[in-house]
Amino acid sequence: MLTDAMHAIIESSRDMGWIMEPEAKRLMSLYGIEIPPYAWVRSHTEVKTAAEQLGFPLAAKVVSPKVVHKSDVGGVAVGIDSVEALTEVFERFCKIDGFLGMHVEAMARGVELIIGSVVDAQFGPVVLLGIGGTSVEIYKDTAVRMAPITEKEVADMVDSLKGRALIQGYRGGTVVSMERLSRLLVSFSHMVMDLEGQIASIDLNPVIASENACVIADARIMLAADGKA
Amino acid sequence: MNFDPLFKPETVAVIGVSRKNDRHPANVIYNKLHLRYPVKVFAVNPQGGSILREPIYPSIADVPRKVDLAVIAAKAEFVPNILEQCIAAGVGGATVISGGFAEVGRPELQERMKRIAREADFPFIGPNCLGVYSPDRFDTFFLPGERLVRPDVGSVALVSQSGGVLVDQMVQFTEQSVGLSVAVSIGNKAVVNELDLLDYLSRDPATRVISFYVEGFGPNEGRAFVQKAQSCGKPVVVLKAGKTAAGTRAVSSHTASLAGDYAVFSQVMAQHGVVEATDASELVAYCESLSCYHQRIGNRMGIISVSGGHGALASDACAARHMEVPILPDAIQAAIRERLSESVRSIASVANPVDLTGSATDDDFVEAAQGLSRSPDLDCVLLLLLPYSPGLSLDLGARLSQVYQREGKPLIAYVPHESKYAMLIEGFQLNRVPVAASIEGAVLMADALRRCQSC
Repeated sequence: MLTDAMHAIIESSRDMGWIMEPEAKRLMSLYGIEIPPYAWVRSHTEVKTAAEQLGFPLAAKVVSPKVVHKSDVGGVAVGIDSVEALTEVFERFCKIDGFLGMHVEAMARGVELIIGSVVDAQFGPVVLLGIGGTSVEIYKDTAVRMAPITEKEVADMVDSLKGRALIQGYRGGTVVSMERLSRLLVSFSHMVMDLEGQIASIDLNPVIASENACVIADARIMLAADGKA
Repeated sequence: MNFDPLFKPETVAVIGVSRKNDRHPANVIYNKLHLRYPVKVFAVNPQGGSILREPIYPSIADVPRKVDLAVIAAKAEFVPNILEQCIAAGVGGATVISGGFAEVGRPELQERMKRIAREADFPFIGPNCLGVYSPDRFDTFFLPGERLVRPDVGSVALVSQSGGVLVDQMVQFTEQSVGLSVAVSIGNKAVVNELDLLDYLSRDPATRVISFYVEGFGPNEGRAFVQKAQSCGKPVVVLKAGKTAAGTRAVSSHTASLAGDYAVFSQVMAQHGVVEATDASELVAYCESLSCYHQRIGNRMGIISVSGGHGALASDACAARHMEVPILPDAIQAAIRERLSESVRSIASVANPVDLTGSATDDDFVEAAQGLSRSPDLDCVLLLLLPYSPGLSLDLGARLSQVYQREGKPLIAYVPHESKYAMLIEGFQLNRVPVAASIEGAVLMADALRRCQSC
């Protein structure tokens, strides 16, 4: 179910055609999807507060309606370990076109995955799970299912990946919590059903998955050209 | 809508027959219905006259009997009007052979027909199609009978957007001796589409497997199709054309570029237990095995041959499809060995694959098939029959089929498809055991049973 607050996020982003990361994360959080703490830093004075709240190391990304692909414009910084370093990053981001602030969150460790959705012309909303996160375009190791999906279908998706050992574990390495991954994918798949007609596609990329969390490290929601509220 | 008039007509009117041109599509259809099928057929053309010493009626309203099916092969611009006349005359349904609609950029004419039909709850197939081929009952193909390769009556329904592909598929079904309950070319599918036929055929008692050649679904129709396929209670097999067509979506996101049209199609079909064939020969193999068995199996294969090489090739083909060929427990091996003939007992390998050697007799094959069928470690048994092996007779097909009837574990045979082995092949097929023409084909047949969820 979409609430008024969720509709408001979509409507305010309509002209832009996509929802910026902090708002996309807020939308998902309102839907009940677990989002780790983050800060939207808009001024110098907020830099220190954010660092104190979130701890180090931190990842920071530019917030700008003009920037869909943040890494292309140098709008991503990771491994930030001091207030000074975070301040430097903030000052650098200020110069990026359309700067509206800096999205800051704690660095997560784990396996990089991509979770996404597109509204297919023939089948409606589908969800995608892939290995590789930012390097997914190289491996193209992905599984697609028609939404909504069940826990069993999440298990099938993982089984069908060539790199499934990265999720299920090998040689005693880190294993991803299937319970967490299932919970995320199942509720994500219900969310995209509710957003059918509003969205064109969603990328949660990367999702950092580990034994005790699936952290949505980046989120982008592309809105449908002809969507209605 | 009642589709029975489309598929089980007793009276047919062919609208648009020519008085002068014997090769006109409508004349070809009229002739075959008149001479070869158990239906009563009437010719219609506004100019009247006669054809084959029978009257041509000026309009459908003049036909002296109630007409179940109108086959319309008139010029596109006349068709909406003809549909209205058919509806007024109480015709049950129509097949519109004529082209010249949406496929040549005249969607408005097609939309008009659609409105007319919807308002009157009047079903029609097409336009721009071959229509229906129902073996021994009737067909609306404008292809002369002697040119067609005609499959026997059977239990596979074949639905195709393309008429040409449909006729080609019929050749393959005939070559493999797989019979059809009906073949339908739906063309522009203005009213009757894949979804409607899935629904109708799932309720048709003569159809055990429903197969589709799909180019593409309309908006969200794919979703409705897989949902219906999953719950329809019969195996559904799909062959997709246009796998490589470039997507039309903007690729502003990773997901959109990764989830291409075909990737989505293929995986969504599998998600819902629809068995996707990647080419025409796979389609026939899947249809044959699913028409024999409606039972979903696991991935553990038993293999019986009279040649070690065949057993090894079959094992490789199984592995390529993620199927296992487990070694049988000692007790089962011993039980099988004990029942083999004396000359084979000491030289056969019974671990799985079972190699009965060139000395094997029919009895040995039957005993081995029975032993593997009773093994709880196996889900399906592949029978690699080499009919040139001197101890095997042509009666073996029928005898081995009895093993399935007794034990209930799916058997799939491989027999080289040579005319001199026809009796062996028929011994299987007439007793509903599928027979592949290659080892790989037999493995494909087993794979279909593994992938089909609605069985």
